[in-house]
Amino acid sequence: MSQTQHRAAAESAAPLHDQGLRLHTVALAGNPNAGKSTLFNALTGARAHVGNYPGITVEKKVGRVRAGDTVLEVVDLPGAYSLTAYSAEELVARDFLVEERPAAVVDVLNAGALERNLYLTVQFMELGIPLVLGLNMMDEARRNGVHVDVKRLSAILGCPVTELVARTGEGVHELSLAAAQTAREAKGQWKPLEISYGPDLDPAITEMTARILAKSFLKERYPARWIALKYIENDSQIMELGRAADPELAAWLEARVLQVATHLRATLGTYPEAVVADYRYGYIASVLKGVLKRDDLGDRVEFSDRIDLLLTHKVMGPVLMFAVIYLIYQLTFTVGKVPMDWLEAGFGLLSETVNDALPDGMLRSLLVDGVIAGVGGVMGFVPLVMIIFLLIAFLEDSGYMARIAYMLDRVFRIFGLHGCSVMPFIISGGIAGGCALPGVMASRTLRSPKERIATILTAPFMTCGAKLPVFILLAGVFFPDHAAQAMFGMTMLGWAMALCVSWMLRSTVVRGESTPFVMELPPYRLPTLRGLAIHTWERTWQYIKKAGTVILAVSVVVWAAMTFPGLPEDKENVFEARKAEISERIAALEAAEAAQPEAKEAAEAKPDAPAAEARAEEADKADAQTAEAPKAEGEEPAKAEGELETLQAQLEDIEKEQAAAALEASLAGRLGLALEPVSRWAGFDWRTNIALVGGFAAKEIIVSTLGTAYSLGAVEAEEADPLAEKLTQAGIPLAAGLALMVFILLYSPCFPTVVAIGKETGSWKWAVFSMTFNTVFAFVLAVAIFQVGTLLFP
Amino acid sequence: MKEHRSIRQMAVGEKACIARISAEGELGRRIRDMGLVPGAEVEIVGRAPLNDPVALRLKGFTLSLRNNEADYLFVAKRNGDQA
Repeated sequence: MSQTQHRAAAESAAPLHDQGLRLHTVALAGNPNAGKSTLFNALTGARAHVGNYPGITVEKKVGRVRAGDTVLEVVDLPGAYSLTAYSAEELVARDFLVEERPAAVVDVLNAGALERNLYLTVQFMELGIPLVLGLNMMDEARRNGVHVDVKRLSAILGCPVTELVARTGEGVHELSLAAAQTAREAKGQWKPLEISYGPDLDPAITEMTARILAKSFLKERYPARWIALKYIENDSQIMELGRAADPELAAWLEARVLQVATHLRATLGTYPEAVVADYRYGYIASVLKGVLKRDDLGDRVEFSDRIDLLLTHKVMGPVLMFAVIYLIYQLTFTVGKVPMDWLEAGFGLLSETVNDALPDGMLRSLLVDGVIAGVGGVMGFVPLVMIIFLLIAFLEDSGYMARIAYMLDRVFRIFGLHGCSVMPFIISGGIAGGCALPGVMASRTLRSPKERIATILTAPFMTCGAKLPVFILLAGVFFPDHAAQAMFGMTMLGWAMALCVSWMLRSTVVRGESTPFVMELPPYRLPTLRGLAIHTWERTWQYIKKAGTVILAVSVVVWAAMTFPGLPEDKENVFEARKAEISERIAALEAAEAAQPEAKEAAEAKPDAPAAEARAEEADKADAQTAEAPKAEGEEPAKAEGELETLQAQLEDIEKEQAAAALEASLAGRLGLALEPVSRWAGFDWRTNIALVGGFAAKEIIVSTLGTAYSLGAVEAEEADPLAEKLTQAGIPLAAGLALMVFILLYSPCFPTVVAIGKETGSWKWAVFSMTFNTVFAFVLAVAIFQVGTLLFP
Repeated sequence: MKEHRSIRQMAVGEKACIARISAEGELGRRIRDMGLVPGAEVEIVGRAPLNDPVALRLKGFTLSLRNNEADYLFVAKRNGDQA
């Protein structure tokens, strides 16, 4: 995707040139929580494209901004604390810089934490890339008594420095002008900064640099001294590249580093990487001397700290956390209900319109039962998804999400997870009503591949929005007096299973150390509306895309599987004959009714007219008998109407019967029947099996399929009452119902999520694993519940 | 060698200077990237409800780390501390 974007940018450069405009690519970099994405939004707004870096799941955002006679193509790099690769994000940031060689880097710094933020800046300068600094959150810094001499800082570092308040847009334009000027003037030249690393390392670095220069080692990518430094820093990626490029030199460099390392350990009890970091911070301290001044505010407790005293309090912290989560749940469902109903009504109308506009046949069935029902089912949840994403974006942008991770890390660690696993779980439906697809994507914030895989594989156990209607239906059938409790129980079971299974996975197939929890707790900030809107929309769009693409395709496939090959001709003929017979009688009745005015008159004149009597006999006998004699006069035509209704109901019943028979004969039905010998163990009959197979495409399909299978025709999730009655009448035992609910909670994630799992883990092995493992696991549990349940409640 | 104690042993609200870091490899790099280097002044601002992780205040920002990670960070023993 990003490659096509690049190509598109290159193609459109020509017209820009005609207008006398120049195009430069500028990378936006900086620490997480420095306000980088706020600045990106302020610069490019809604015109940004979101995608992934080729081959990796790290998000890539590209947008354009006009700065004077230059158009800047701004690439938002993932947040990084350092260019010495630690996380996938940091590796991406570095690779982008050396491979794409942007014209300049706009480095966004949090002015309130300048020292730590400059650590990354120094590394950009050592790489030599043209640099512009944006000191963000100047308003906050000033309030906290931080003074920065911007002119002096700019003079010492030799690059433009702009004061920014990205939230309000202050300084954003100046920054873009400075970036454009820097990009123009640098003309692609890199001027690496050389700082001293002390008497122990400097000679080694000089010696290594000379050798690297002599052999043009990795020259086209990195500055020589920088490579030497990376060897000293023990950077595994560079060392691997080195070994491939020139094994002999690489071996020498590694030996030289080992020599220095041994010396350092013996004399100072330290090691090269630590010395490098110490000297960098030393350099920063010397730069900031006379530049940075902090008013002594004494022991003034900052606003954020004061909030934290309450929000992460030993007792109040967890209580408030659950309250917040509960509030999200409540808000989502009460507020979301209204637009959700509108959307459903809209799709209902569309479905009716198409139904009326097209003649009965395959095309109508495909459009109404396949496309509109499938896509509509998913789109109906868009308002819910949007609200939940808005609230989660609020929690993230305000800084509270980091506190949730902080409070839950200790608990999650027991199960081999990380505090940051909370987010994917909650988005997937930890608060019932999420969606596993964006949940799986949200696991990107996890650094360790092992913890990430465990999170990705267990997040689909949560009660996502698509499982909700199924649970609402089944809870109503099997726990009519305790539906809410059953729903809550399902949500809790989802959590319990996710934690237990992740513990199982982490002690078997994805074994490994836990990653450090060295994490920043950003200060609390009121999120900007614009930022919230953009974050919400980005995620919602991913969900809508799922409905538009995968669900559409799968809906059509499922529809086909449930439609073809259809009933054998002889059976079809039997149904058609029965329908024809009733239709005839209806036609006869209607003809009689058309002549009703006369009939009515006749009835009034002679209450016991033989014709009316004959009709009454044909109709329900009980009805005729209970009709009281004095009222009989007026009842006569009503009886005829009642009869008409009965006949029409009979016709509908036959049609439903026919639909059910056709389903039984279809591919899906045959599969359902074939599975029955196995699924019997869990108490599922062939009709349930079809629904469950359909649910693999999207769990939304389960309810509508159950409806067809239990011969109800199409059933909307919200109008499930008759289906509930049918299921109750079908006499499914409680044990089987419970087994079914548990199975639906835990079995294979829906197809779009499986695809996401494959992409996010970078291996289809895990996608296949989650499909098979979850299904087997769910089935074993369902069998256990059904078998034990049958014993307990015979 | 001077007496040091690890950050795990510090009380909430206590301030001290980092004297020594014994973490190497990935954790060591991470700790340094975040600005925890010898000489940096840290203050314990809080502990999570289960006493772990711990929240630190460092020049202008707040960080959290687990107790078993805090074990690698040593601060100088204060004067007047009882052994």
